[in-house]
Amino acid sequence: MRALLTGCLLALALTVPAAASEQHPTPAELESELICPVCETTLDTSSARIALRMKARIRQRIAAGATKSEIKAEFVEDFGNRVLAVPPKRGFDLLAWLLPLVGLAVATAIVGLLSWRWSRRGRPVEPVRPLDPDLERRLDAELARFE
Amino acid sequence: MTRRLRLGAQIVAVGIVAALLGLLVWKVAKDTGNDVTGSLAKGGTPTAPAFSLERLDGKGELELESLRGKAVVLNFWASWCGPCRDELPVLEDAWQRWRDKGVVFVGIDIRDLRSDARRFLTRFGVTYPNVYDGKGSTVGRYGTTGVPETYFVDAQGRVVYRIAGPVEEPDDLDEGVELALAGA
Repeated sequence: MRALLTGCLLALALTVPAAASEQHPTPAELESELICPVCETTLDTSSARIALRMKARIRQRIAAGATKSEIKAEFVEDFGNRVLAVPPKRGFDLLAWLLPLVGLAVATAIVGLLSWRWSRRGRPVEPVRPLDPDLERRLDAELARFE
Repeated sequence: MTRRLRLGAQIVAVGIVAALLGLLVWKVAKDTGNDVTGSLAKGGTPTAPAFSLERLDGKGELELESLRGKAVVLNFWASWCGPCRDELPVLEDAWQRWRDKGVVFVGIDIRDLRSDARRFLTRFGVTYPNVYDGKGSTVGRYGTTGVPETYFVDAQGRVVYRIAGPVEEPDDLDEGVELALAGA
């Protein structure tokens, strides 16, 4: 019960800032999530003229009460999905999210398979040869001296 | 069985590397001089890449194909570009002089905010047709190196001349228009 309650509180603690960011985004947030179409870096690192215009537009729209999604959608309407620093998780762009995971899964499977095979291979153990009877007798005699 | 499996894996790995190399070579070959600017530099008269783009001066779209049979002046610009503003009077004046002689001027606004572009056209009293290409879909195909840049297309849809940078003198523009008309 306590674990469930902790989980719920944690989920709530994570959700509240996200919702606040969506409803009342800051210019800095949006400038780090949008790409300048001319220099192809995020707006916060660009001082190209179009980037300055885009930054001004972001401030204007925030002041007008637009949400983060609305502002991003307006930029996508003008410049296409390439204006987003992080591709959307739908349609063809979903591949950008899935392919690294698929690659990681395939690489893990290959490494796991190879490790399993190598661990099974081992080094062949040579059978122990019996001692020569004469040598065994001499060894027993030597050992008897110390008893 | 193990040896066969290993051989199969090696063949697949080599195949993937070969495919990636092939893709790289194809991309480099495709992007090197195959655009309009590259072909013009080699002395060719490449076909003007087709487009159908949203009009900024009215509703609907403008297709380049619909202007076949006329000489077309394609001017790439953006509202945030100072030199684009400077060359506007020369372009507008040339449009007024050539419009009744089978020449169409088309402005292509690239990588710009749509509302800024509309405001720019109204503010500077531009009367020739203008289209919006915020995504820059025409840039790669034309090989546009920046804004402003102007291409001259003849009546058969071939690009015959290009001015990189702002058009400073009316004569520069007239030279391109005359070449486009001569190609008809």
